[in-house]
Amino acid sequence: MARVASPCTDPVVLDMWHPISAAAEIKPGRVHTTRLLGSPVSYTLDGDGQPVVWRADPALRPGMPVDAARITERLPVIDRFCFIWTSYGDPPDRLFSIPEFDESDRRTFAAASIGVHTSAPRAVENFLDMGHFPYVHTGILGVEPHTEVVEYDVDITEDNEVLATRCLFYQPLAALAATKGQMTEYTYRVPHPYVAMLYKTAPPDPSRLDAIAIFVQAVTEEQIVAHNFLCMVDHTNTDSELKIFQQKIFGQDKPIIENQMPRRLPLAPRAETPIRADKSSITYRRWLSDLGITYGVVPEAA
Amino acid sequence: MTWHPVASSADLTYRTTYHAQISGRELVAWRADDDAVNLWENRCLHRGSRLTLGINDGAELMCRYHGWRYANRTAGCTYIPAHPADAPARSVCNRTYPVAERYGLVWGSVEPQDSGQAGPPAVDLLEAGAPTPLRPIVVNAPPAKVADALAGYRFQPSAAVTQHPGAAADWRSYRSPVGEWDVATVERDDLRVTLRAADGDDETHVVLWVQPVDAHRSVIRGVLDARPPAPSRLAVLRHHNHLLSRLRDRVEEQAALEPMPEPIQVEIVPVTVELSGMPELGAGRRAPLRVRVARKWSAAADVAGFELEPVGSPLPGFQAGAHIDVHLPNGLVRQYSLTNGPGESDCYRIGVKLEPESSGGSVCLHETVREGDVLAISEPRNNFTLSRASERTVLLAGGIGITPLLSMAQTLRQSGLAFEMHVFVRDRRFLPFGELVSSCGDSVVEHLGLSPQRTTEEIGRILGEHTLSAQLYVCGPAPMIEATSGIADELGWPEESVHFEYFANPNEIDDSTAFDVALARSGLTLRVESAQTVLEALRAHDIDMPSSCEQGACGTCLASVLEGEILHQDVYLSRSERAAGDRMLTCVSRATSDRLVLDL
Repeated sequence: MARVASPCTDPVVLDMWHPISAAAEIKPGRVHTTRLLGSPVSYTLDGDGQPVVWRADPALRPGMPVDAARITERLPVIDRFCFIWTSYGDPPDRLFSIPEFDESDRRTFAAASIGVHTSAPRAVENFLDMGHFPYVHTGILGVEPHTEVVEYDVDITEDNEVLATRCLFYQPLAALAATKGQMTEYTYRVPHPYVAMLYKTAPPDPSRLDAIAIFVQAVTEEQIVAHNFLCMVDHTNTDSELKIFQQKIFGQDKPIIENQMPRRLPLAPRAETPIRADKSSITYRRWLSDLGITYGVVPEAA
Repeated sequence: MTWHPVASSADLTYRTTYHAQISGRELVAWRADDDAVNLWENRCLHRGSRLTLGINDGAELMCRYHGWRYANRTAGCTYIPAHPADAPARSVCNRTYPVAERYGLVWGSVEPQDSGQAGPPAVDLLEAGAPTPLRPIVVNAPPAKVADALAGYRFQPSAAVTQHPGAAADWRSYRSPVGEWDVATVERDDLRVTLRAADGDDETHVVLWVQPVDAHRSVIRGVLDARPPAPSRLAVLRHHNHLLSRLRDRVEEQAALEPMPEPIQVEIVPVTVELSGMPELGAGRRAPLRVRVARKWSAAADVAGFELEPVGSPLPGFQAGAHIDVHLPNGLVRQYSLTNGPGESDCYRIGVKLEPESSGGSVCLHETVREGDVLAISEPRNNFTLSRASERTVLLAGGIGITPLLSMAQTLRQSGLAFEMHVFVRDRRFLPFGELVSSCGDSVVEHLGLSPQRTTEEIGRILGEHTLSAQLYVCGPAPMIEATSGIADELGWPEESVHFEYFANPNEIDDSTAFDVALARSGLTLRVESAQTVLEALRAHDIDMPSSCEQGACGTCLASVLEGEILHQDVYLSRSERAAGDRMLTCVSRATSDRLVLDL
């Protein structure tokens, strides 16, 4: 147990960008503290509304007023896709891209940040999985007897992202704006080891795709905050309705993924039993192995 | 092998799961409707989900995450809903642990089953009377420390408690008297303590076990040697609960003074190499249709009827006599004739006879497949076609062989064409689809319990001399089909008017030869090695050839032969068709020459 909560030493993970908060939830000039990769980290907004992040100082307790200008030892920070991202190491210049984010008629917002007792890769893998829809999201994202996962394509793109396409699944109520069951086509994308995205037909306009993501904050190896991000074409439902739908779906996943053992994602091929429906997770596991990630996983050699 | 109590028998209630644990290893315990107790690794092999979250349906435990089902006793995976066609061909089996029930407790062991010991060691003291388990007490302390403390456990004999004024009348307010009692340790054995309390002639034995849950967690599971009489039984149980709870508090206080030991790390045993790879896309026999088992019923004493309704697109049409391939959750592929009447296109109905001695197709359908399950099936194929242009049509069915003939009978009846249907079964209980048979009207004659000799005589009588354009359709066991062909031949029935369908090929297949197969249209020559079929060789070269039974009974993989000598090993072609030497079934038949030329 001790190693689970100890600060991360994985150089690959230390150099990545990590989400720590929805931008809209930060009170300017107040100390906020969360935990990232086993270490406490604090943040606030400065006088210009710009985020400032630093390694937590016991003297600056959460809720206290703080003058951001006096924080000199800062961690890297970017404000992107409605969330604040930071890093303990030397992160890349840019975060991955979500082109839809810049389409002017879309509604983009942080839907919920939910603590889950599992590892970041387990949460990402669950997000890529369709086979559980009829059992975990019964009557919404799937329903018996429409349980089959038909063949789909998975690739590693030129940008080194995992991309699963032609993913088809029968859904009784794929989105809030849906009124009847339909075969829904999904595209899944893993642009970052702890981020999973999906694209699916937007019911009001079948030519366009809603984009939904989870940005996973690894609190420790086995505790996360899953930040839900929506980028929707839907113009009928209120933000609140869309958030509640997303929270309901994630609330159904939470007890399931908290009961996967081990909590860290095993990368050794013989740890679990894959079926063809698991192509995307097999690719994701290999990809994590190739990236040399050891935090939140049971590495292959172990 | 060390056995530990992991639950009270009463904990394993109807269709629930129970979380048990021994030395850090998490287990799921559950009782099936047949009273068998299962103790398994608490992980679904697929994605490591705890099976204690699963659903105990009385015969199987279903994982809550992806609906994988594991069978009572064997823990073999019987159903993977994401892949009705291809994935479960591998034998996926969860880890099971030795389990037994004794003295009102459920016992298990996480050690390898080597000594062959059938159950936990017997305790003589508990063998005689009616052993009564105490309420288990969870203690956050190392198991050895709990056992040490139990050696100093002090209690009163049951009689002293029950005879205490007020104990029976008002057990709720009864408090154990305080004082020194005469208690002796009879035996101490690692995690087991046997104690005796005496008060004059009254004597009670208690055997206390410590279940080692983890390095810092234990459960005290005690059993009284005799069942205290009602109504003061509760006073006795309460007496022990009260005293053991106090003991628990003392042990936990002591344990809190010492550093907490690290939890025991248990090794998760890897799955086999075979299971670790992703299965290839199903090659060979195709199963493009998905159907849901809408109804499963007993169609005869040993026959299950299945009504299969489409999932997604509507079902393709069929003709009387058609069969489908059913791809089973255990990886087998089996052929079943449709019993549907004409125009019944909303579902397919099949009948499956239980053949416990066969390789497991019918057993799987009878025992594993249930209403609601999705199955992958082929499109219907018809190699047993019905002619409607005859003056006399005779349908001869042996047992389950009635299925394709039922479809024919309904078709003929619908068209207003005369026919005679004769059904040979042991007795009426074994008559499949009795109601449907009756609905075919007066044209049906049942022949019950005839010996093979009498059956043969009866068939001869039924057939009579061949009359112009009369057609005979036979389906049943191989000896019946062979006998019928012989009789028909003797009675002058021409070969082309006798149609038969075998369930299976009874012949022993010789696959020892090796030869070349030239494909005239593809311009390709393949080598067929020994122990390989022509069909397999074709598929190995990506040549698409439909197939179904793959044992020379159904006729689906028929190919035209342009050159070469054929070793026919099927039961599909008629004598004259074989003699013509211009076609073969590629699944079983081979060459006697060095080379065959096929029109492919």
